[in-house]
Amino acid sequence: MSRIHAFANPQRFLRLAAFVLPWSAAATAILTASGLYLALFASPPDYQQGEAVRIMYVHVPAAWMALFVYVVMAAASAAGLIWRHPLADLAAQAASPVGASFTFVALVTGSLWGKPMWGTWWVWDARLTSVLVLFFLYLGHIALSRAFDDPTRGSRAAAVLALVGFVNIPIIHFSVVWWNTLHQPSSVFRMGGPTIAPSMLAPLLVMALGFTFYFVTLLLVRVRTEIAVRKLRVLRLGELRGGMGAGSLVPGT
Amino acid sequence: MGNIAAFLDMGGYSQYVWPAYGLTALVLVVLLAVSLRAMRARERELGASERHRRKRRDDRSGRQDEA
Repeated sequence: MSRIHAFANPQRFLRLAAFVLPWSAAATAILTASGLYLALFASPPDYQQGEAVRIMYVHVPAAWMALFVYVVMAAASAAGLIWRHPLADLAAQAASPVGASFTFVALVTGSLWGKPMWGTWWVWDARLTSVLVLFFLYLGHIALSRAFDDPTRGSRAAAVLALVGFVNIPIIHFSVVWWNTLHQPSSVFRMGGPTIAPSMLAPLLVMALGFTFYFVTLLLVRVRTEIAVRKLRVLRLGELRGGMGAGSLVPGT
Repeated sequence: MGNIAAFLDMGGYSQYVWPAYGLTALVLVVLLAVSLRAMRARERELGASERHRRKRRDDRSGRQDEA
């Protein structure tokens, strides 16, 4: 408990964020640049799909991130609800636009890959539909967390949505196993290890790492922003009270 | 030149491959730029607000010293 509350201290978080940010930003740049080189130049065309397989190196990491960011958001929401951890609420709120963006990228690049390979932009099968539901869950989370004048009530409501929506995560993962679908099953996260060639696995993993550091960087930036917003709110409320002739009620004056 | 043209052609899949990479880059770069701008703006606002408050407090305690 005490360790969790040590991280709840925004001053400590801001110091940690200032230390981590330049490193995570550099890791994002280096990994993404190497990933792009491997994806576009160093990896071979697929024997069936030809050069179209290169869409995989942005589509699959984006889809992984869409799920990973949701897991982080749901964990932060649970911490916010259970321990009333103020930074956890901010983290969940900071994560949802990033998750929505990755989900959007996964949906559109999947569509661009589906057209030449399956002959259609979209099918209403289990995998595609459950990822579309994930996108709407993110949008709902963004809207709900900003729907109340009191930011605490907004975070509570959004946290409940995030936890209820978590049921969608295993559905997405297993959708290609449970139902007949055009979407191919996983060739990396499967029992018995990856079935994908190492020359194709390398760009996939490097891009995925680059996207992960991108997420870390953005999460730090967006939590810092939210901390400033909350502090400004407290200052303004204090000034309002002070203006009504009760300056001593404001803590620290 | 032939190499570059062949690369850009992506084995005939250029109209699918390049929009996929372009859209991914666009979404991630725009989100990063928007987030950085918001952070700078809010932290600047907070800094100005805190300086203003400190100044007012100092003015007030200065008056009390005179009285």
